[in-house]
Amino acid sequence: MQIDKELDLKGEVCPFTFVKSKLIIEQMDTGQVLRVILDYKPSVENVPKSMEMEGQEVLAVNQIGENLWEVLVRKVK
Amino acid sequence: MSFHFTEEQIKRYSRHIILPEVGGVGQKRLLDAKVLVIGAGGLGSPSIYYLAAAGVGTIGIVDFDVVDFSNLQRQILHNTSRVGIPKVESAKMTIEALNPDVKVIPYNQKIDKSNVLDIIKDYDIVLDGSDNFPTRFLVNDACYMLGKPLVSAAILRFEGQLTTFDYRNRETSPCYRCLFPEPPPPGLVPSCQEAGLLGVVGGIMGTLQANEALKLILGIGEPLVGKLLVFDALTTEFRTVKLRKDKKCNLCGENPTIKELIEYDQACEVHF
Repeated sequence: MQIDKELDLKGEVCPFTFVKSKLIIEQMDTGQVLRVILDYKPSVENVPKSMEMEGQEVLAVNQIGENLWEVLVRKVK
Repeated sequence: MSFHFTEEQIKRYSRHIILPEVGGVGQKRLLDAKVLVIGAGGLGSPSIYYLAAAGVGTIGIVDFDVVDFSNLQRQILHNTSRVGIPKVESAKMTIEALNPDVKVIPYNQKIDKSNVLDIIKDYDIVLDGSDNFPTRFLVNDACYMLGKPLVSAAILRFEGQLTTFDYRNRETSPCYRCLFPEPPPPGLVPSCQEAGLLGVVGGIMGTLQANEALKLILGIGEPLVGKLLVFDALTTEFRTVKLRKDKKCNLCGENPTIKELIEYDQACEVHF
């Protein structure tokens, strides 16, 4: 899968993990994919939930290490 | 669209950015917006304070008065240590302490026929929080002529009124003169000594003015055009009265007679 933009949010907590992801996705083109790296557990649930509420498509949420996750989001609108 | 926010701005505006109706795009719009507020008093204090907190990037403030102890019961931009200094200066200090993103442009002068168009022309939206009819008519006529949206509020005793005139759509929006064709004769207006006012009424109506301005900037919701909102603090009730465009209006009607600015006599020189 092609990743168009990557955002490393290690050390960030809610709600800024979502706020920062949203600011990036707003500036991307429809259809592009954003990969967000998170190390704050509550954000792993909240970022995908909020992205879906905004109408974006959450492609995957994967644990990629100890206390480390990736969220893949496709910009729909 | 591209924009860049500093870490501090991301934190400061995060509650806006989270809103689907605002986002980074909307916040940038707010930072790029220019709003002019007439009067830094009971209405201007809350409207200016909230606009500044929201990150409206340029706020012009017109007021030629100085801060007086009698203002402090409701004019929350000012404080005891500011008594005696110009209200626009006091307002600038308060706003700069709240949000360094906001550029405050102070106009420490009386607004009149000679300067009103020049002051208003560079702004996107005008908020009228003035305390006298000559200023209200002058600001209305100037906004109409320049095609600027005007958010108008007035307060007295326990009552407040609010409406928005969207002069970007002059063909459909009623104007202030559809509601009040001419200033009332001096005897009908309560003299300054009689004009009591519960401080929070200014807080409520001024905050609603800021709400109208934010919606206009963001292009969301429905502005209060063609409707007059009346608030009664004693019953805590809001009523909405429909405002119609008057075909016979001297300013915006089918055969307008007002083609240039009019300066009415000030019935009361003491400011309240």
